[in-house]
Amino acid sequence: MIQVKNLSKTYNGTTVLNINELEIPKGQSFGLVGNNGAGKTTFFSLLLDLIQPSTGMITSNSIQINTSEKWKPFTSAFIDESFLIGYLTPEEYFYFIGELRGWNKADVDSFLVKYEDFFNGEILNNKKYLRDLSKGNSKKVGIVAALIGEPEVVILDEPFANLDPTTQIRLKKIIKELADDPTVTILVSSHDLQHTVEVSNRIVALQKGEIVLDLVPSSETLKELEAFFAA
Amino acid sequence: MIKRFLSLEWKSFFRAASFQADLAIKILMVFGALSMIITFLSLGAFTYFIIKKSTNSEPFELINRFILYYFVFDLVFRFFMQKTPVMNIRPLLYINIKKDTIVNYTLGKSALSFFNIMHLFFFIPLAVVLCVEGFSVFGVMTWLVGMLATVLTINFINILIDKKDVVFYSIAVVFITLGALQYFGWFDATNYTVYYFKGLYDYPWMVIIAIVVLILVYKIVHNFFKSNLYLDAGLSTQHDIAKSQHFDWLDQFGTLGAFLKNDIRLITRNKRAKSVIIMSFLFLFYGLLFITGAIEAYENPVWKIFGGIFVTGGFMFSFGQFVPSWDSSYYNLMMSQNIPYRDYLSSKWWLMVIVTLISAVLASFYLIFGWKVYLLVLAAAVYNIGINAHIVLLAGAFTRTPIDLMSNKNAFGDKKAFNFKTLLLIIPQILIPLALYYLGIAFFNDLIGLLFVALAGVAGFAFKGYVFDKIEHIYKTQKYETISAYKQKN
Repeated sequence: MIQVKNLSKTYNGTTVLNINELEIPKGQSFGLVGNNGAGKTTFFSLLLDLIQPSTGMITSNSIQINTSEKWKPFTSAFIDESFLIGYLTPEEYFYFIGELRGWNKADVDSFLVKYEDFFNGEILNNKKYLRDLSKGNSKKVGIVAALIGEPEVVILDEPFANLDPTTQIRLKKIIKELADDPTVTILVSSHDLQHTVEVSNRIVALQKGEIVLDLVPSSETLKELEAFFAA
Repeated sequence: MIKRFLSLEWKSFFRAASFQADLAIKILMVFGALSMIITFLSLGAFTYFIIKKSTNSEPFELINRFILYYFVFDLVFRFFMQKTPVMNIRPLLYINIKKDTIVNYTLGKSALSFFNIMHLFFFIPLAVVLCVEGFSVFGVMTWLVGMLATVLTINFINILIDKKDVVFYSIAVVFITLGALQYFGWFDATNYTVYYFKGLYDYPWMVIIAIVVLILVYKIVHNFFKSNLYLDAGLSTQHDIAKSQHFDWLDQFGTLGAFLKNDIRLITRNKRAKSVIIMSFLFLFYGLLFITGAIEAYENPVWKIFGGIFVTGGFMFSFGQFVPSWDSSYYNLMMSQNIPYRDYLSSKWWLMVIVTLISAVLASFYLIFGWKVYLLVLAAAVYNIGINAHIVLLAGAFTRTPIDLMSNKNAFGDKKAFNFKTLLLIIPQILIPLALYYLGIAFFNDLIGLLFVALAGVAGFAFKGYVFDKIEHIYKTQKYETISAYKQKN
């Protein structure tokens, strides 16, 4: 589904990302781990054409990301709060994203029912604009909005950060369900090794922009990763 | 401590994303400032003589009488133009700095604003002239000190107006009442204020009053700021009670409708954007200055089209200039979502066109002044829709200043959507219709002049597709620069 070739990103002579070859097949649940500055968000930003690659390219479904925009209809993401429209209520935001992705209000409404648990009564009909929601709650909105419109590629940057324990557990369940869907390729980054191991069927570790580990999770994976990052 | 603050200011100024991008505008602003300094200098130097020559009254007496208007105008001007001092206060709160120091610095900074310095160029030459003309030097000095104290008092009152709506409304009521009383000849405030201002010269001890007033106002502003230096007071964001609005009737326009819905919400839910609506409403009446002959320089027929452009174009200029900056806080979403640029642009264009049409209908009260006047407004409206709508969108594509829609929620944030920059970018959009109208008048008559202006507008329609392609192209080629510029919050 996603192919990366000779991809690098350099800022003023410092290479922050350098991936020679990476292929993410359709339906994979791809976990990206790494320390701060390892290049996780840079990679995701390149995947969304928010920054330009210094060399190389990414193709998604055979569409080159930085030259065509045809990847947009089947890709969705939540990276940070710059993906939220602060002056909308959560409902209006969901409908807006729905409209962009060809869903009408009824479609969105029936979709949202599935996430009532995840929202924990703090999102819908709460008389608050997105800008007034707490970090955790706005994250919930961003994540659910990224799932609207049956995207084939879902990119979530640090989805577990700022969430309370209950919501983290519910989010894991949501991501696992998506992972089971063979049509959805999901990319998740995290600092939390355990979460990533639990939801992914492939884990890639980045260090200083380079891929240093590429694993299929097993019962030993968590220990392996911990040992790697402890060193 | 002040030294450290200054170095912070210095860095935030020179490291801002907009600094490089807007260098051309900065240069224009310097020119604007220079021309203002020259105007004030010559006003200060010549007012005395002009009054002496053209009237029988004693010039100094007359100056002291009308100085009230000078100050009132100054306050109004500041209200719209002057930004209140902003300092990134949050990170300083828990550091070992006295709150008094923070507040004093923030307020002290505002005293050095151009809006205060400007007056020195008027009052100092005037004071010199007075001394030369034989007025007592000591008296002139106390008078000058009194005037400058008043300027600073106004500076601080303006800050308070900006932060406290109560102050704004009470001052507005006082002004309007006094203005009305004066207009109907029932009460002339200047009859009384003249004693005060003249008194600053006649009785030098009176300068103490001006200074005491200044200190009092400073104390009030200081206390207001200080008591609001808490995360849950002045620095907090108030939470509005949100109500979902769905505007279902816009659904029939598809994606265009989805964007229009958001734009309506953008304007109605963000104070910063709301002020755009207020400005455009005020601009509706701007034409009155030209038609009633209130200002002599506007008597020239060519200037009337200038007024006409603004009557219906206020919204276009103040809103369009900042497309796509209005969406800067969620630009990453717009760039990665399934969004066709064309629909996005079209929605902004339609919004401007609709508001311009509404303005044109509201402006029908100009019919009181004759059908020709309203015809002028209509011709200008056609020009606005046909040409200016494209130019503002084009200009906006190059404007990469992020707009913080929520900043107005913060007692120390910036509240003004309308500034010098907006004014400067307007210039090229005005000169063409002026020239066309002038040509029409010069060779035929005023109706042909209007026809030229309107025809130019109609012709502009034909280029809509072309201009949209151009803007789309700019959006695409500038995409990465824009994204990174919007990341930086001022």
